[in-house]
Amino acid sequence: MKRYLTAFAFFAALIAAWHWAVVREIWSPVLVPAPESVGRYLWEAARDGSLAGATLVTMKRLLSGYVLGLAAGLPVGLLTARFRFLRDTVGLLALGLQAMPSVCWVPLALLWFGQTEAAMLFVVVMGTVWSVVLATENGVRNVNPIYVRAARTMGSRWLHIWLRVIFPASLPFIVSGMKQGWAFAWRSLMAAEIFVTILTGFGLGHLLHYGRELHAMEQVIGIMLVLVALGLLADKLLFSPWEHWMHRRWGTDRAT
Amino acid sequence: MTTVAPFTTQPSKLAIEGVSKSFVTGRGPVQALEQVSLQVAEGEFVCLVGPSGCGKSTLLNLVAGLELPDTGTVVADGKAVRSPGRERMMMFQESALFPWLDVVGNVMFALKLKPGLSRKEREDTARYYLKLVGLEKFRNANIHELSGGMKQRVALARALAPNPRVLLMDEPFAALDAMTREQLYGDLQRIWQERHVTILFVTHNVREAVCLGDRVILFSPHPGRIREDFRVDLPRPRDINSVEVAGYSSRIHRSLREHLEHGAGI
Repeated sequence: MKRYLTAFAFFAALIAAWHWAVVREIWSPVLVPAPESVGRYLWEAARDGSLAGATLVTMKRLLSGYVLGLAAGLPVGLLTARFRFLRDTVGLLALGLQAMPSVCWVPLALLWFGQTEAAMLFVVVMGTVWSVVLATENGVRNVNPIYVRAARTMGSRWLHIWLRVIFPASLPFIVSGMKQGWAFAWRSLMAAEIFVTILTGFGLGHLLHYGRELHAMEQVIGIMLVLVALGLLADKLLFSPWEHWMHRRWGTDRAT
Repeated sequence: MTTVAPFTTQPSKLAIEGVSKSFVTGRGPVQALEQVSLQVAEGEFVCLVGPSGCGKSTLLNLVAGLELPDTGTVVADGKAVRSPGRERMMMFQESALFPWLDVVGNVMFALKLKPGLSRKEREDTARYYLKLVGLEKFRNANIHELSGGMKQRVALARALAPNPRVLLMDEPFAALDAMTREQLYGDLQRIWQERHVTILFVTHNVREAVCLGDRVILFSPHPGRIREDFRVDLPRPRDINSVEVAGYSSRIHRSLREHLEHGAGI
C-alpha cells in the first residue's frame, strides 16, 4: 500500500510541477499546454468515443499480431534449439532479423499489403516472432541436462519431456523473450500508425499524427499519456504476474 | 527371487556381464569401463567406490538405461536393459528436483507417469513417501526454500514413490555437510530396510560405503575396472563413526592405495 502511495505522490508532484511551469509561462502555451487542457481533451475524446475506438483498433492489431508471433515463434525456437541444421540456418536468420529495428518492416509491409490491416498485422508479427524464437532457443539450450535425465528415469518420454520438463525449465528465458517481443511489436506498430494512414481503422498512432497536423498540443500530449498508461498496464497485467510467480518459485532475485 | 539370468549360476537382481564403455571427449577417446562384471542380489545394498574417472557413475548410467554399453550386457530381472524404466530409479549428486514444481509436485511427477493409479492413490502415495523422509510439513514448499539435505530427502521420496525395485544413487550426499550426511545415513538404512529395495550406491568416500553397503566394490581408473569385492558383515544400523566401520575402511583404503600405485598411469 505504501508503494502505491509513493507512486501516486510522485505522479501528483510531476503534474504539480507541470502546472506550475505553465502558470509561470516559462514556455509558450502552444508548445506546453496546461495539464487541465490535456485533461479536457482526454475527457472529451473519451466521451465522444474516439479514444476508446482508437485504443480498441490499436490493441486489436497488437494482440492479434502478438499471439500469432508467439504461436509461430515458440515452435520454431524449440526446433532451432533441437536441430543444429536449423540453428545454423533459421536461427541465424532470426538473429539477423531480430537485430534489425522492427520498424524497418513498415515500408515493405505497405508495398506488399497496401494500407490495410494485413500490413499492420505483418509488422507486429515481425516485431514479435524473432525475439521469441531466439529466447526460446536460448532457454531450451540452457536447460540443465540433469532434468531431462531425471525425467527419463521416471518414465517421461519425447512429447512429455518437451511439454513437462524442457518447456517449464526454459520459462524464465521465454518470458523475457516474450517481453522483448511485446516491446518491439508495440514500438513498430506505433511507428507504422503515425507515418501511414491505414484506411481500415484509426489507431492511437493516427490520433497522435493528427494532433501534430492540427497543432493540437494537448492532443499530442494526451495521446502520449494514454500510450504510457497502456504500456504500464500491459506490463502489470501481462507480464508481472508471471514474473512474480517465477521469482517466488525459482527463488530468483525479486525485482526491486 | 524367481528370475535367473541365463548365464549365471546364482539368482541375481542385476547381472552386469563383460561391460565396456568408452567416450569421445575433447582430448580423445576415454575408456570409462573395461570388461566389468558384477552380480547384485535382490535387496542387496552395494556401494561402488573408487577415485574419479573410474567409471562408477558410467556403470550406474548403464544400469539406469540412460546409456548403452559398447560391449557386454546389463540384465535386470532377467531382461536386458535398453532404456530407462520406472523399476530402476536414479538419484543424482545435485538434487535434480524441478524448480518449477513445489515439493509435492516433484514427488507427483513420477507418480503421474505411472499408469493404473487413481488420483487419490497418487496423492496418498506422495504423502506416504514425504512422511517417510520426514518432510510432510513441507509438501507445498518451493524447492529453493529447502536446505541441501532436505532437497536430497525430497529427491529420495521422488525416486521411491513409483516403488522401484532398484535404486541407483550417484554420490547423492557428496554436496552435503557432514552433520546432514550422518543423519541421512541413518535415514537411508532405515528406509532401505523398510522398503527392501536393491541399492547401487556410487561414492568416492570409503567410509560412507562401509557404513551403508552390504558389499563395497572397489574400482580403479584408466580404464575403469573392478579390483576387489569386499563384504561388510556389520550389524545395522551402522554408525559412520564406529570403530568397526573405521577398521573396514582402513583395510579398503589400503588396498585402494595399492591398486592406485600398481595401476596404470594415474
